[in-house]
Amino acid sequence: MSSKEMIAMLLAGGQGSRLGVLTSDVAKPAVAFGGKYRIIDFPLSNCINSGIDTVGVLTQYQPLALNTHIGIGTPWDLDRNNGGVTVLPPYERSDNSEWYSGTANAIYQNMKYMEAYNPEYVLILSGDHIYKMDYEAMLDFHKQNQADVTLAVIPVPMEEASRFGVVIADENKRIRDFQEKPEHPKSNLASMGIYIFSWPVLREALLSLKDQSNCDFGKHIIPYCHSNGKRIFAYEFNGYWKDVGTLGSYWQANMELIDLIPEFNLYEEFWKIYTKQDKIEPQYIGPDATVGKAIIGAGDNINGTVHGSVLSAGVVVEEGAVVKDSIIMKDTVIRKGAYIEKSIIAENCVIGENAKIGIGQEEDSKLNPKIYGFGLAVIGDNSVIPANVTIGKNTAIRGVTDQEDYPDGVLPSGGYLIKAGDQS
Amino acid sequence: MKALGIILAGGNSTRMKSLSDKRAISAMPVGCSYRAIDFALSNMTNSNIQTVAVLSQYNARSLNEHLISSKWWNFGRKQGGLFLFTPTVTADNSWWYRGTADAMWQNIDFLKKRHEPYVVITSGDCVCKIDLSPILDFHIQKQADITVVCTKAPEWDDISRFGTVKIDPDGLISEFEEKPMIAHSNIVSTGTYVIRRRKLIELLEQCNAEGRYNFVTDILIRYTGMKKIYGYMVDSYWSNIASVNSYFRTNMDFLKPEVREFFFGSEPKIYSKAQDLPPAKFNDGASVHDSLIGSGTIINSVVDHSVIFKNVFIGNNTVIKNSIVLNGAYIGDNVRVENCIVESNETLLSDTSYVGDDQIKIVVENNTRLGI
Repeated sequence: MSSKEMIAMLLAGGQGSRLGVLTSDVAKPAVAFGGKYRIIDFPLSNCINSGIDTVGVLTQYQPLALNTHIGIGTPWDLDRNNGGVTVLPPYERSDNSEWYSGTANAIYQNMKYMEAYNPEYVLILSGDHIYKMDYEAMLDFHKQNQADVTLAVIPVPMEEASRFGVVIADENKRIRDFQEKPEHPKSNLASMGIYIFSWPVLREALLSLKDQSNCDFGKHIIPYCHSNGKRIFAYEFNGYWKDVGTLGSYWQANMELIDLIPEFNLYEEFWKIYTKQDKIEPQYIGPDATVGKAIIGAGDNINGTVHGSVLSAGVVVEEGAVVKDSIIMKDTVIRKGAYIEKSIIAENCVIGENAKIGIGQEEDSKLNPKIYGFGLAVIGDNSVIPANVTIGKNTAIRGVTDQEDYPDGVLPSGGYLIKAGDQS
Repeated sequence: MKALGIILAGGNSTRMKSLSDKRAISAMPVGCSYRAIDFALSNMTNSNIQTVAVLSQYNARSLNEHLISSKWWNFGRKQGGLFLFTPTVTADNSWWYRGTADAMWQNIDFLKKRHEPYVVITSGDCVCKIDLSPILDFHIQKQADITVVCTKAPEWDDISRFGTVKIDPDGLISEFEEKPMIAHSNIVSTGTYVIRRRKLIELLEQCNAEGRYNFVTDILIRYTGMKKIYGYMVDSYWSNIASVNSYFRTNMDFLKPEVREFFFGSEPKIYSKAQDLPPAKFNDGASVHDSLIGSGTIINSVVDHSVIFKNVFIGNNTVIKNSIVLNGAYIGDNVRVENCIVESNETLLSDTSYVGDDQIKIVVENNTRLGI
């Protein structure tokens, strides 16, 4: 196998538990975004647009949707004779078989994959963010500085810096110190979780820390390299970079796409985002439909009213139904007269006739107020909502529900209905 | 793999007026997401025909751009593949394709080298979804020499564009008239034929030796009554787009729910080259009714009873009615477009009006987009 200058390792095994029922059946990188894409499309497209043709995708939590989506990498031109995309799940060994217990541990367990390509550099990515970034420019920066490790960092407002891992760099961009979620941040440069390692440095660090439990890049590998006096540099990125790790930020990032001129523009020819496209049919907007300020996916059939919303492919909105300020994912059907406001409805759901979702006063979630907030009603994949029921705000629903699940036809704000288990 | 496929995608037609200036008819965009030839290619691949030759000579580049990768139709396998054959100068031939039979004769080596017992010949400018497997079975069971797939012509269409046939009760074709001045039948040939590969080679060689070049007039019509030529009736949607009128009508047909259900809503699907465009975007001011919208299109104003293809931009206070806007067109502010076909990548300047009064108007402006 011919060696590669740089290969990418994409960490896609996390659950993304703060996305609640959206990630009950799929890993976070496989969650839909922007009416067509899945979150992992952004780092994968960035890779191929940056000239990286060898990508290992590390999966663990609920990998089926992710595996189906990635396939052999055709949509990203990552179906290659030499290199291309390889899905890397945890595997059994003759001695100590284990799950991926941390970001760096997962990479360590795939040492053989990296060794096979014998790269000069390894790029570590995660499947959590919406952004367009040229990793080749970052590599140039890494080489110019003769760095051992380069971290991509982004300036954030000082008052928000305490939510991030921040780096303190000198005038040459060499990193002198780190702070993890500091109360009193000394810098506003937040680490984006994107690293370029010179391969021998990464290899040595992974081997030295192989017995570290839950070995993590931010907590263990980077501090280890720092304490050994390695040259660690901060590559400042100033483009659009959006964390979609919470329901609020996920909803917000989708809504930003429907601005007149969105900050994150998918309509440019340059730096295309690629995805596996199962539907290529045009959408039909019916005689009585009203559609404004919205993104509408391929093959959609709209006969009701849609405003301020992002609809994925294959969605049906029947006569008299209203969809406002919401995200509706693939193949979901909104029956006649239904009213949906500020909701996230995942793939393959059916919303019954005249059902009302996202209604009333906000109440704290009884399921988990840390996850279900922002006034959103959230409905997981393959759910069914019966006709004529009313569902409040900060609610969570998953599974096939019927009239009996709604006393007096109501699920009040803050309520939840989780009917599907892992096996059903 | 009982059959290989041949798609005749060569010709131009004056009935297309300026629409075929830019591209071959088979490369015409259809139904927002497709090109005309996608229907023939998808019918082949959905009927388990894995080896397909496309014969083209008029503006072959447009077709080549579309067929540059064969994976979208599931061709490009170790067994079979998609071939685009344009005329080439060889030691014993320096002609363009002089007709449909000649086009096949010039590629007779391809026919001789293959091993599939049957050949399905079809044309690249028809919009239809036809399962070819039962037609092959019919052909084999009847021990036919040639089977011609026939249908009732759409009532609105001009029958004199087609070959009309009369079919006996036992299925044999008793009369075949090519482009008759006065048609004696409303049953037309769809341009899809099934024939044994060896029989086709034999007929093509004989035809060439006699200096004849046209498959319909020199083979089908000459042999009607002599050979066992059967008609196989198909009654699902079928339309040939090779005139401005029928091109417009065919695209507008996709606004009908039953046509959408047939092509978009039910399996098998029609495939096309992936374009990686973002979904369509509607801004405030958009008011869209009874229309099809392609991916990547941005709409800021009124669209009514129209088919808007991919990557189109429609500005503010513009009204588009009963029209087709092809891929990549840019329509400025305060524009009126009615009963028109707006050519692909066209730029319509702001404060302009385009109305087709008694017939469909083809809008070609060649405006520069800079400075808008």
